[in-house]
Amino acid sequence: MTTKLETLPTPDKKSGPGKPTNHRKPKVRESRGTLAFSRAQRGKALTKHAILILAGGLMIYPLLWMIVSSLRANELIFREPGLWLDSLEMSNYTDGWSALTHPFGHYMINSAIVVIGSILGNLISCSMAAYAFARLQFTGKKLFFGIMLLTIMLPFHVVIVPQYILFSQIGWVNTFWPLIVPKLLATEAFFVFLMVQFIRGIPRELDEAARIDGAGHPRIFLRVILPLMVPALATTTIFTFIWTWNDFFGALIYLTDPDMFTVPVALRAFVDSQSATSWGSLFAMSIVSLLPVFLVFLFGQRFLIKGIATTGIK
Amino acid sequence: MSAISELSSISRRKGKLSAEEKKANGRDNKAAYIFLLPWLVGLVAITIGPMIMSLYLSFTDYNLLQPPEWVGLDNFTRMLTDARLHNSLGVTFTYVLVGVPLQLAVALLIALVLDKGLRGLPFYRSVFYLPSLLGGSVAVAILWKQIFGTTGLVNQVLAMFGIQGPGWISDPSTALGSIILLHVWTFGAPMIIFLAGLRQIPVMYYEAAKVDGATTLQQFWRITMPMLSPILFFNLVLQIIGSFQSFTQAFIVSGGNGGPSDSTMFFTLYLYQKGFGQFDMGYASAMAWFLLVIIGVFTAINFIASKYWVFYDD
Repeated sequence: MTTKLETLPTPDKKSGPGKPTNHRKPKVRESRGTLAFSRAQRGKALTKHAILILAGGLMIYPLLWMIVSSLRANELIFREPGLWLDSLEMSNYTDGWSALTHPFGHYMINSAIVVIGSILGNLISCSMAAYAFARLQFTGKKLFFGIMLLTIMLPFHVVIVPQYILFSQIGWVNTFWPLIVPKLLATEAFFVFLMVQFIRGIPRELDEAARIDGAGHPRIFLRVILPLMVPALATTTIFTFIWTWNDFFGALIYLTDPDMFTVPVALRAFVDSQSATSWGSLFAMSIVSLLPVFLVFLFGQRFLIKGIATTGIK
Repeated sequence: MSAISELSSISRRKGKLSAEEKKANGRDNKAAYIFLLPWLVGLVAITIGPMIMSLYLSFTDYNLLQPPEWVGLDNFTRMLTDARLHNSLGVTFTYVLVGVPLQLAVALLIALVLDKGLRGLPFYRSVFYLPSLLGGSVAVAILWKQIFGTTGLVNQVLAMFGIQGPGWISDPSTALGSIILLHVWTFGAPMIIFLAGLRQIPVMYYEAAKVDGATTLQQFWRITMPMLSPILFFNLVLQIIGSFQSFTQAFIVSGGNGGPSDSTMFFTLYLYQKGFGQFDMGYASAMAWFLLVIIGVFTAINFIASKYWVFYDD
C-alpha cells in the first residue's frame, strides 16, 4: 500500500498553518485603453529595478571584490577598488593552501566529518522527536513541547561552561564528538519544530490506513511519514550543513590541536599568523571556505527559502 | 505558524483537549518515549543538566583544576564593580538596539520594493539572501576586517572622491559601527519572512482602500503594517535574542581582544575571555546567567509591548 502514497499530493503543496498562500490574482496585462496608466506603471517598475540593482550591487560588491582580489598580486589589494583584472595570480591559492601546518584540504576534511555527523544526527534524532510530538499522544506532551520550543531560544552560553567541563572530563576535547553528539541528541530544537510543522501537514488518513493494515509506529514512521517529509529533511540537511560549516564558537572551544582544526578555526589561525602581510592568500582561502556554502545555496535555495518562510528562523 | 505563536497558543489552550486528543489519550506512551528518547537524553544531559550545573557554578570559584569552591554571591557582586563588564554591556546594547531595528527596516524596505510581482524577483531575492548565509562565517569577518581597514576597500573608494577616511576598525568610535553594518548586511533572512508575510495580505484590502481613495502611504500604515505586525514582532523577538549572542564577527574583526579600547568587546566575547581565556569558570557562569536574564527581560518587554502594536487578524 505504501507505493500508492506517491501519487497523493505532497504535503508541502497544501496550505498548512503558516504556509504562505498567494491570495493575489494573476497580473492582468493593461489593455490598450490605459496607455498613460501603463506608462506610469512601467516608470514605477523601472524605479524599483533601479533601486534593487543599486542595493543588490552594493550588497554583493564586497564579495565580488574579494574574489577578484584573491586573484591579484598582494600589493594591489590595497590600491585597487575596481573589479578588473590585468592578469591572473593563482599563487595566492597555492600559497594559501599550504600556509598552515597542514594543507588547507586537511581542515576541509575535518569540517566535512563534523558536517556529515551533524547532518546524520539531526536527521535521525529530530525526525524521531518530531514524529512523537506531531502524531503521538503521551503524558507530559504539552509540557515537553513547550520546553522544546523554549530551548530554541535558549542562549548557548548558559550551558557552554558545564558542557565543556563534561566533555573535557570524558576526554573529548580535541575530538569531533562534542560537536556531533549534541546533534545526535536533537538539541537543535529548531529542526524538531520545523519537522513537527511539516508532519502536521501530512493527512492523518495515511497513518490510519497503515495502522489498519497492521503497521506499528516504527513502521508508520519509516514507511509513511519519512518518505513524505523529504522536503523537510532536505531543509534540515541544508541548514545543518551551512550552520555547522560556519560554526566557529564550538570549534574554537573544543578544538585546540591544529590536527583537528575545522575550516573556521584554521582561517582564524591564518589571520593570527599572517597579520596583514598576505591578504591575497588569506582571501583565497576565505573563498575556498565559502565555496561549499555557496554551492549548497545554489542547489538548495528552494528548500532554504521555504524553510525560512514557514518557520521564520534564519 | 511560528515557534512564538505556538508557545502563546499553548499557554492559552491550557488544559483543554480536543476530541481527537481525548480519544487517543494515554495510548502511545511507550512508543512516544522511545521516539523521544534521544531528545530526552539531550534535554537532560546537554541542556537542563548543564543549566543547573552552571547556576551552581555561578556561586563558586572554579578554575577547572581545583574543585569548585562556594563563594556565595561573590561573582555577582564582582560584576557590579567590573568596569569592563559594564562597558561590554554598553557595547552589546548598542549593537542590539541599533543593529536590529536598522536591519529589520532595510529588510522590510527591500521586501516592499520586491513584493508586487516584479520581474526577476527570484534573482533579486537570491542576491539579497546570500549575504545572510555567509555573514556568520569567519571568511566574511576577515573580508570586513580588510574592507574597513585603514587602506581597505571603503577608504580606497572614498579616496577616489578625495576623502581621507579613518581607519574604521582601528578607531574606537567607528569600530562597533562597522560590525553593526555587517549585521545589517545580513538582512536577507528577515526579508524572506517579510516577503512571505506580505503575500498573505489579501489583495482585496488594497483594492477596497483604492476605491475609497487611500494614498499609497495610507495603505501602508493602515493595511500593510497592521497585517504584517505579527511577522515584524516575530522577527524582532528572534533577532534580539540572536544578536545578544553575536560572537564570531566581533572576535575576528577585533583579533579576539574586543579592541580597539574595548570598543567591540561584546558581552559574549568578555564571557569567552573570562571562561576560556582565564578559566574563571565561576565568573563566566554568573555572566551567562546574567545574559539569560537580560535576554529574558528583553523578550518579556517585547511580549508586553506587543499587546499595544501587534494586530492579530483571527
